[in-house]
Amino acid sequence: MARSNHLGASWRIWRAVVRLFEAFGYVGALLVESMYWLITGPKHGQRVGWRAIAEQMVEVGLKAVPIVAVLSFTVGLSLAIQLIYTLSEFGAESQVVLAIATGVTREFGPLITAILVAGRTASALAARIGSMTVSQEVDALRVMGVEPVRYLVAPPLLALLVMVPTLTIISDFVGILGAGLYSSGALGLSLTAYMLASLDALAPADVLQGLAKSVVFGMIIALVGVRCGFVVRGGAEGVGQGTTQAVVIAISAIVITDMIFTFFMNR
Amino acid sequence: MSGSPVIEVDQLVTHYGRRKILDGVDLTVDAGEIRVIMGGSGSGKSTLLWHLLGLYRASAGSIRLLGKDTSTLNHSQWRDLRKNLGVSFQGGALFTSMTVGDNVAMPLREHTDLDENTIRIMSRMKLEVVNLGGFQDLMPAQLSGGMIKRAALARAIVMDPKLLFFDEPSAGLDPVVAAELDELILKLRDAFNMSVVVVTHELDSAFKIADKISVLHEGKVLLTGTVDQVQASKVERVQDLLGRRPRTTEVDADEYLKRLTEEEYGEYIQSVRG
Repeated sequence: MARSNHLGASWRIWRAVVRLFEAFGYVGALLVESMYWLITGPKHGQRVGWRAIAEQMVEVGLKAVPIVAVLSFTVGLSLAIQLIYTLSEFGAESQVVLAIATGVTREFGPLITAILVAGRTASALAARIGSMTVSQEVDALRVMGVEPVRYLVAPPLLALLVMVPTLTIISDFVGILGAGLYSSGALGLSLTAYMLASLDALAPADVLQGLAKSVVFGMIIALVGVRCGFVVRGGAEGVGQGTTQAVVIAISAIVITDMIFTFFMNR
Repeated sequence: MSGSPVIEVDQLVTHYGRRKILDGVDLTVDAGEIRVIMGGSGSGKSTLLWHLLGLYRASAGSIRLLGKDTSTLNHSQWRDLRKNLGVSFQGGALFTSMTVGDNVAMPLREHTDLDENTIRIMSRMKLEVVNLGGFQDLMPAQLSGGMIKRAALARAIVMDPKLLFFDEPSAGLDPVVAAELDELILKLRDAFNMSVVVVTHELDSAFKIADKISVLHEGKVLLTGTVDQVQASKVERVQDLLGRRPRTTEVDADEYLKRLTEEEYGEYIQSVRG
């Protein structure tokens, strides 16, 4: 009865750890169930609609292209300014091409894209599913014989698994272009020559490393957003909290995952 | 009005955290019957509905719907069974991102291979049944409370279910609209020969539509009978409910102290809900 008084702190930590594992379990189950419906759905009369997937792709992918392009361009440009300044102190400006090409494709492209998409889509998913949970729409789906995970989770999950890497490729290209615009002048190259030199400096492994990450980021965004939506309780305020949580958790998870990936893939 | 039972509930016991909500409920609903489940707030009537719909698991007892024991069904058998159930939720639970027409058409789109034209015609027919003909292109947010309930009803019956559940049909509606909805429920039963279960605490509505009424109190079925039988009942709790008399609750001293002193009680209840 008085356990929480005696063991206040450790009890709370224990509960937090349990909750964390619970969240991982929940998210894992969501992933497995979504994949199950994507693969075996048609057999059970629970097909995942192509129209729904296409709509999600437009929503999470196509509509994010302008903002991803603008920010990638800006970050590429800043990166070039910093690197030219730093490297010129060692007389190593020519290494700028390599530094930017690998930095953007391995790190900045995937990361900027994922953070942007997390901000746009994780919150949108949490808000949509959260308000549906609150207004009994999720229950309505279930009693209609429509599996909520199949209907609400599988389409955005698949859309994000495809669109986050696609956006990352765009981000890579525009980021290098932005960097090239500044540094080609500083290096006395034409922009075309700069882009070709970048292409030359890149190994397929650099790009693939970034793309592998972005697939995982897409998965994180979808699952975190959806979970934060499904666990919403308590009306409009709950939806707001769920939305905020989705963005914070998704971005944190992305940055941490990025670090882990980078550590293991560059040893 | 007679026939084999469509719902058989046997000694259903359910818990909400540590709290026992339903305490041995027995209920039998015959085919073609309109059964009203009545009871005050907290009597467990909504809980009973959720369990009938298979949204929660019971602690003990069994539920048979349309002759099938629901505790033995696997997921796909449940889905098949649900095609024969229609549910109209208290708040309507229309999908706010879809038009009224798409809402009504959704079960058809998900469960049948009918072509789009047939689906459109069938869903419009159901909208006509609930007097919402021509409203298919509106969004749920553009509808009034009564219209939302009727649209939800159209969606619930679009698959021609054998069994229709209705949660608080008249809650939040003005008396005229509520009365119209009652008429509609009667009409549906006659036209489509559905069995209907209505959960409500509205007396007028219950007396008007019910073939039989089950009165629920503190997780038990206090009484099941025709409207006349219920009105003539001498049971005190039933009379409280009918006469709108306030309850005289006895305080359980131990329970009371526990609620006041136990730190985790509220937290526990919350975590179970969550």
